[in-house]
Amino acid sequence: MRSLFLLLLLSTSVLQAQNIPIIKQADLYALLAKRDDTLRVVNFWATWCGPCVQELPHFEKLQRNHHDKPLKVILVSLDFPSQLQKRVVPFVKKRKLTATVLLLDGGDPNQWIDRVEPRWSGSIPATLFLYKGKRLFYEGQLSEADLYKYVQQIKSQSP
Amino acid sequence: MKQFSLALVAFLISFGAAAQYKTGDKARDFKLKNIDGKKVSMSQYKEAKGFIVIFTCNHCPWSQAYEQRIIDLDKKYKPLGYPVIALNPNDPDQQPQDSFEEMKKRAKKYGYTFPYLVDEDQGVAKDYGATRTPHVYILNKEAEGLMVRYIGAIDDNTEYPDRVSQRYAEDALQDLMEGTYVRHGNTKAVGCTIKWKKS
Repeated sequence: MRSLFLLLLLSTSVLQAQNIPIIKQADLYALLAKRDDTLRVVNFWATWCGPCVQELPHFEKLQRNHHDKPLKVILVSLDFPSQLQKRVVPFVKKRKLTATVLLLDGGDPNQWIDRVEPRWSGSIPATLFLYKGKRLFYEGQLSEADLYKYVQQIKSQSP
Repeated sequence: MKQFSLALVAFLISFGAAAQYKTGDKARDFKLKNIDGKKVSMSQYKEAKGFIVIFTCNHCPWSQAYEQRIIDLDKKYKPLGYPVIALNPNDPDQQPQDSFEEMKKRAKKYGYTFPYLVDEDQGVAKDYGATRTPHVYILNKEAEGLMVRYIGAIDDNTEYPDRVSQRYAEDALQDLMEGTYVRHGNTKAVGCTIKWKKS
């Protein structure tokens, strides 16, 4: 009985709040290397980053508007890994984010920034658009219009 | 038409950011207001062999995480001829925590041993090509002038100073002092975007 209760508790909490996995460098590379038919919008952000938080609703809306389409918004948090429970989880819960949220514990940024995108200086927000092996990169805060513009652009771009 | 102007804006932004220093370029001097109200320029430092110029600010957690390490860099390398000069390029209208008054408070509270200058028109950050805080430029006084010899990170672990294994900025300083080629001239780090003025 107790285990049933626990199971029930667990499953409802899974439904209510998303689990935020911590990923390592290799997981990030694997994610970026996917070349299937899903359009991925990978946004690097942090809870404390003003411009990131300002543009977040656009990403959320994009995901909600495309929930039945092969489009996936992935929000890669660069908050300190120690802040996952203290900051990131409550933030995601409070804003009821439905887009996938991951936290990158990537080690030395000098090793992975260039592998994500050589043009990226390392400032956030920064966003990658990936579709069928094509890629677009934008460093800086995106307006809603620009976000949709880039989504359209990568869809129509010839490989 | 709307799309055209958006494209144009994107072009202008990237064009503006393109005029930035690379390692090997000659760096320009500046004359900016310090937290004590006096103007500071690098030409005042007759004895210096170079400078550790760091774009940083009050509010950014990455800057805060490196604050003590910036103080330590200054304490260690100022006597060796390479003092730290910190510049705050952020627009306080967008980030009130980065105002001049807040800079004074923060520097006093944490005991900054170096000038903390206001890059009020953001001209130095633009010319240097700084994009984030913290962003380090190590300059070396040479026959041709102040040469940019290192651009990038302080080290490889922002959150845990005791777990650092690569001291990129210190390596560059050691190389310069030994008169050898800087082994990592460019590194990258994550940082807060500089809060540019909305024009």
